[in-house]
Amino acid sequence: MNLQAEQKINADLLRPLRHTSFKFYLLVAFLGTIILLGAGSWFYQMSNGLAVAGIKWPIFWAFYITNFVFWIGISHAGTLISAILRLVNATWRRPVTRCAEVITVFALMIGALFPIIHLGRPWLFFWLMPYPNERGLWPNLRSPLAWDFFAISTYLTGSTLFLLLPIIPDFALMRDQMSGWRRKIYSVLALGWQGTTKQWHRLEAAMQIMAIAIVPVAVSVHTIVSFDFSMSPVPMWHSTIFGPYFVVGAIFSGIAALIVAMAILRKVLHLEQYLHPLHFQNLGKLLLLMSLLWGYFTFSERLTTWYGNEPSEMAVFWETQTGSYAPLFWTMVFCNFVIPFPILAIRKLRTITGCVIASSTIVVGMWLERFLIIVPSLATKNLPYTWSYYRPQPVEIMITIATFAAMVLLYTLFSKAVPIISVWELKVGKHEKPVPSAAEEEERELWRVRP
Amino acid sequence: MKAIYALFNNPDSAQQAVDDLRRDGVPDNSITVITSQPYEEYEFSHRYKPTWLFWIAAGGGTLGLLAGLGLTYFTATAWPIVTGGMPIVAWWPNIIIMFELTMLGAILATVVSLFITTELPTKQRPIYDPEVSRGKIMVAVEEPKDNEVARLERTLRASGIEDVKQVP
Repeated sequence: MNLQAEQKINADLLRPLRHTSFKFYLLVAFLGTIILLGAGSWFYQMSNGLAVAGIKWPIFWAFYITNFVFWIGISHAGTLISAILRLVNATWRRPVTRCAEVITVFALMIGALFPIIHLGRPWLFFWLMPYPNERGLWPNLRSPLAWDFFAISTYLTGSTLFLLLPIIPDFALMRDQMSGWRRKIYSVLALGWQGTTKQWHRLEAAMQIMAIAIVPVAVSVHTIVSFDFSMSPVPMWHSTIFGPYFVVGAIFSGIAALIVAMAILRKVLHLEQYLHPLHFQNLGKLLLLMSLLWGYFTFSERLTTWYGNEPSEMAVFWETQTGSYAPLFWTMVFCNFVIPFPILAIRKLRTITGCVIASSTIVVGMWLERFLIIVPSLATKNLPYTWSYYRPQPVEIMITIATFAAMVLLYTLFSKAVPIISVWELKVGKHEKPVPSAAEEEERELWRVRP
Repeated sequence: MKAIYALFNNPDSAQQAVDDLRRDGVPDNSITVITSQPYEEYEFSHRYKPTWLFWIAAGGGTLGLLAGLGLTYFTATAWPIVTGGMPIVAWWPNIIIMFELTMLGAILATVVSLFITTELPTKQRPIYDPEVSRGKIMVAVEEPKDNEVARLERTLRASGIEDVKQVP
């Protein structure tokens, strides 16, 4: 790669950081207003108690926990996909990884907020942390809610570092390329990075180790989220398949969210030269695989319940198949399988537009899936005299909408502060391999062994 | 720090310069190559391949595991209360906490050792040229002796570049 090509990459990827149109400020104002409305709704809920939300006995988990599971699932888009592609050395990953890793960090932050919103006294959320009270009594670490704390904290810490470490060389690039106050900020953030061969080696080795460590952590996080349900003897929850079922669903929704985000970035930031149809094709193939796996797990889960014919489970089963939740259930099946499967399976349809349509339906379908796992089981639990219904209230709807706005806002602000495609990783992908002569190889080998 | 350096337009010339410097008797640990991206394909970037980072990560993971073991054991026995019919020290659920802390230990150890071995963060950037961020490759010789400077300059210029600079 010559110097001109390299400078063009610098210019193209730093352009969004240098130029800001009025549309950006309009978007920020719009999203900020929605977030303020969401914050106001939360404050209203805190002032008046959880009674203003639609949750009531026996349905104490509803929209908020649906959102919690949904966002933790979306977080599997980034770090997990990026780590796997890094480990298998998929060269096409380079423009995709940072777009994906950012989703993980922000989705985890938003997801982790929901158990706190769900608390009656959210200001006491720190009681979940492992420290003793004044009587020397520690939190019960045998509770799945404590496992959530450890799993999400580990994943958030790991994912944030996994995102930040490869940004350091890009901060150094911005330190040299920017001017004024930005230069000062990026100088601090670059931490004095030079780019010596030692620094590059250590960084790449660290990223390799992080990738190895983060994959099992990502799998564990959604498995542990599934344990919140499957550890309870609630109909349709107490299932051994829940761990892998949740992990598959998380990766499924995560890839879908990534494709939507990439398509928007490509259009808005004019990244057509870097995010090629090939990237969407490849992610589309992964999405197709996940759609098939999701269909397989859903069928397995439903078949074993139906075949077992246990009355309390069948009550929930029929409620979702033909009862009051049936419209949502069949919409979910359409969104997650019937619509995306042909689009992603037929090569001609697996275009950027096709992938975005399939991904958008999957995001909706996976939100519904989370809702259908939680609410019907609690609403139709064991004893018929306890059966109830759930209607979301404006407070819950507003907070939910606000978190989607928060995700978009955080992503937008990030892409204004940091190149959304890793500049140095992109350049590495364009290297041509040198062909040294045998004599040169031999000579260098001698220098290597020389004391 | 005192140094003499040249900026090259491509990695082949940089590799050539490194080879020439070695032929000239400059030891490897005096030659510094600074780039805007890793050039794994080139020999000049292979010097630091051996690393203890994997073992340090394993050590961090072991410490995390021990922390998880201690936390779950001592918190359960500090005030023994039976919950959910489980034993006071319940290994099955404890494995989850131990696993998470193991991975956290490995991740944190990796990051800390990365910062220590690469000497980050630092305020000093003794040898650097912003041209590197525009794609140039810097080949520098650190702490050259006064009587060697002219010879090193000739060696660096042998690759066909015009501009050889000195720090300070």
